[in-house]
Amino acid sequence: MTILIIAEHDNTNLKDMTLNTVTAALAIGGDIDLLIAGENCQSAASEAARISGINRVLVADNACYKGQLSENVSALIMSIAANYSHIMAPSTANGKNILPRVAAKLDVSVLSDIIAVESPDTFKRSIYAGNIIATLQSSDAIKVITVRGTAFSPADKNGSATMASLEQVHDEALSMFIRDDTVVNERAELTSAKIVISGGRGMQNGENFSMLEQIADKVGAAVGATRAAVDAGFVPNDMQVGQTGKIVAPDLYVAVAISGAVQHLAGMKESKVIVAINKDPDAPIFQWADYGLIADLFDALPELEQAL
Amino acid sequence: MKVLVMVKRVTDPNVTIRPNTDSSDVDLNNVKMAMNPFCEIATEEAVRLKEAGIASEIIVMTIGEKQSQEQLRTALAMGADRGILIETDATLEPLNIAKLAAKVVEQEQIDLVLLGKQSSDKDNNQTGQMLAAIKDWGQATFASKLDIKDDKVTVTREVDTGLQVIGLNLPAVITCDLRLNTPRFASLPNIMKAKRKPLEIKPAADFAIDLTSRIKMLHAESPQVREAGEMVGSVKELIEKLKTVEGVL
Repeated sequence: MTILIIAEHDNTNLKDMTLNTVTAALAIGGDIDLLIAGENCQSAASEAARISGINRVLVADNACYKGQLSENVSALIMSIAANYSHIMAPSTANGKNILPRVAAKLDVSVLSDIIAVESPDTFKRSIYAGNIIATLQSSDAIKVITVRGTAFSPADKNGSATMASLEQVHDEALSMFIRDDTVVNERAELTSAKIVISGGRGMQNGENFSMLEQIADKVGAAVGATRAAVDAGFVPNDMQVGQTGKIVAPDLYVAVAISGAVQHLAGMKESKVIVAINKDPDAPIFQWADYGLIADLFDALPELEQAL
Repeated sequence: MKVLVMVKRVTDPNVTIRPNTDSSDVDLNNVKMAMNPFCEIATEEAVRLKEAGIASEIIVMTIGEKQSQEQLRTALAMGADRGILIETDATLEPLNIAKLAAKVVEQEQIDLVLLGKQSSDKDNNQTGQMLAAIKDWGQATFASKLDIKDDKVTVTREVDTGLQVIGLNLPAVITCDLRLNTPRFASLPNIMKAKRKPLEIKPAADFAIDLTSRIKMLHAESPQVREAGEMVGSVKELIEKLKTVEGVL
């Protein structure tokens, strides 16, 4: 078996979810190549070469891969796909955007967002908002898979893979990158932070999220939100935790003013310790919390910040 | 411009789904069904394009059992012009859904396909990307804003780091995210009117496409249930527990 992993990176740094995907690939077994496609991505490629357990880092460095345009990156992957038994990516916005396109070009199905590797052709994934864990077997010649990062531990970074560059440019000219409106975030990434503190609609407005941010800064946490809080315009979309947002599983998840809709639970219920702070004693979130505190957030949050 | 909207009949997102008795599959007997919420957003966006004079006709299609006509009627009541049901009792994978949709796109000479970014039952998040691949069209997934001028569309996408803006040439496939719009409720007169709108039913077998599944479900189980926790009386007590008992602070 030979596995190709599509790395998640921002050209300068590798994103942590790539390391979790390597662990999933190691569970399948075989040689692993990692593809870095981007513009001026040598720095991310050098970092990738240190991942333990991979053989080669393939680097495609060209302006047409800026913004990870699916049409171009898919065409690039197609140019080498026949060499592999498995093509994998973290289940990020980019992974989800690119791999189904590759799979359809290969006339194979995709296993989305797997949470366990049972064998080289059998995997587990969560469906129906986390209410069912399905064990699925693929009969396709090439398995195309996206990986839920939180379900696998990160691979180490003390290896030394060889580097090879892919010179042939695949510009399909079907789409154009215009710009990234990246939310500047000085805090830990939601999907890899050890502590996540999230707010719901009960936060009332965006300004009140600063109370969560101050606590987060004291303990090195990331700040998340429910769909309701994002829909209401309190905070940007990249903070959404849940079935259709980001999936997190930190050591500690603190849910503040969050009622506990199943769609939110699907994004955080694998957290090691869950704390719920809510003034409504009947909030469903308390049934999922290891520790529940019935309190008004305007009392509890300042007290929490002071005590930390 | 002819717009195709793809919709899906799914289990109601508020219903808890369980495995069947021999854990070979999920138990969907007597479960309430609904239109996938992301498909409502796609339908709404198409209707707004028609109201803005950009779309000339909206065709809504679905692939599934006979009862999926209900979801087509819902979309027709929201403002789609006519419906197509590709009827099958089999549960098709996104790859096969995309292959059937590609045939409709060709037959109907579609310029723009709108669909949800994922369905709330299986969360595959694949069909739009696969359809774009089969047609060799440009794609924009996770759209939160569309701006169409002539044969070009500018799409704002919700990505992990915030928003990304890309341009596409039409024809194209766009998958819709939560913040694109707030779907309307169909009014009673429109629900009545929708009953008279054309709805064509075609058996999936008529398309002469191999619809064999590539992925087989071996087992379905409920996830482990979390043990009930405890209530704490104060912030002080909470911090104490997190520090000494759990060691996570």
